[in-house]
Amino acid sequence: MGQRTPLYDLHLALGAKMVDFGGWDMPLHYGSQVEEHHQVRRDCGVFDVSHMTVIDVSGAQAKAWLQQLLTNDVERLHSPGRALYSTMLNERGGIVDDMIVYRLMDGYRLVVNASTRNQDLAWMQAHLGDYDVQLNERSELAMLAIQGPQARQKIAELVTQSRGNLIQLLKPFEGQPDGDWFIARTGYTGEDGLEIILPADQAPGFFNDLVGAGISPIGLGARDTLRVEAGMNLYGQDIHQDVSPLASNMAWSIAWEPATRQFIGRTALEAERAGGVQHKLVGLVLEERGVLRAHQVVRIANVGEGEITSGSFSPTLSKSIALARVPMATADRAEVEIRGKWYPVRVVKPTFVRHGKTLI
Amino acid sequence: MSDIPADLRFAESHEWARLEHDGGVKVGISDHAQEALGDVVFVELPEIGKVFAAGEAAGVVESVKAASDIYSPVSGTVIAVNEELANNPELLNSAPYDSWIFKLEPSDTSELDKLLDPAAYKAAIGE
Repeated sequence: MGQRTPLYDLHLALGAKMVDFGGWDMPLHYGSQVEEHHQVRRDCGVFDVSHMTVIDVSGAQAKAWLQQLLTNDVERLHSPGRALYSTMLNERGGIVDDMIVYRLMDGYRLVVNASTRNQDLAWMQAHLGDYDVQLNERSELAMLAIQGPQARQKIAELVTQSRGNLIQLLKPFEGQPDGDWFIARTGYTGEDGLEIILPADQAPGFFNDLVGAGISPIGLGARDTLRVEAGMNLYGQDIHQDVSPLASNMAWSIAWEPATRQFIGRTALEAERAGGVQHKLVGLVLEERGVLRAHQVVRIANVGEGEITSGSFSPTLSKSIALARVPMATADRAEVEIRGKWYPVRVVKPTFVRHGKTLI
Repeated sequence: MSDIPADLRFAESHEWARLEHDGGVKVGISDHAQEALGDVVFVELPEIGKVFAAGEAAGVVESVKAASDIYSPVSGTVIAVNEELANNPELLNSAPYDSWIFKLEPSDTSELDKLLDPAAYKAAIGE
């Protein structure tokens, strides 16, 4: 038996098909994964993401500590309420994890992946050194993501007036506490929406209220097809300990300036950049019928080979798409081997769908 | 759970076979199989004229989740394929017992007797 979120019994009652995800028993879908995907793109839906790890960082040197731990610079978070996306690297420039960092009144809140909880906490503790920093894992909290073009409007009508006002005021990539809730305008679907962190004992009631108000519960299956369409990487699949953000379409999450900020992995990244980055993460579109899958081989004429890191059927595009790591010289055409046969694919920027619109 | 038409016979690998009046055998996948697969998005149909032994991989059903081989429940030659599935693969989800994938000219109809009847199949999947 895996770990269970506070919503486990509710998922079963809603008819979820449960699967193991990083040691957690999580809902894969509640009937049709494809329908759930469309629901989020067209309207909105609610995801249980309580398996994710929330770590609060406090102490007089919290900022300085994060500045040497992360590729992005928390100095950019000019005021409480602001958030940024970052990776955390090892000395070789490989990705230990990716996360969202929220600036709080008195510190920072990190939301990291569930499957990497142990390695992240071990890594952070190993790098505490003499910093005046306290780490507080908030496993007593649950987390719901409500995503889709109607998400903020619908949620604002279902919560207290003060929370509703906050939801209307939040700009993208902002998050603020209200009482014992923390409400952020972030997500992993390419749509507008919210992520709400709240006490575990309040989560089943709130989730039930949302479902009662007609907001569909969405499983991890649709969460995966939504994030692939949005071109967002999944840790352990598209990114891992042996690839750098430069080879992962994530150079934007590295703050190079100021040049004096020595974060872990910086030296390796600078060497990689100086020597010429060898690989890039791209999007693939299969124009023929079939489904691209992780680990299929990509062949690029006169250039070399690569590999699909995430592949799926795209419900929005009604064709198969993938993320793939390929040699830097790859242009706009490639081939993928599916069951011994080579299929032509288009190579595109790995953002297929954003805010309901097709970008390829 | 599901009502299984009495004239179907099942392989343990979750394909059904139905002996037609013309002597052909239509093949599809069970309700249990489609539910386990999830939303079907692509069906790779066998070529007409191909000869399969019983238990041989004859096609592929891809769901959003995974690709899954379809094994021919009996031996025979493919004489027809259900082209409707090319544009509407989700029919395997919505009507698994009306949605055949391919039709065989069986080489030995007695092989059908070795398959499971609905009651035995239900027992095999724990229903």
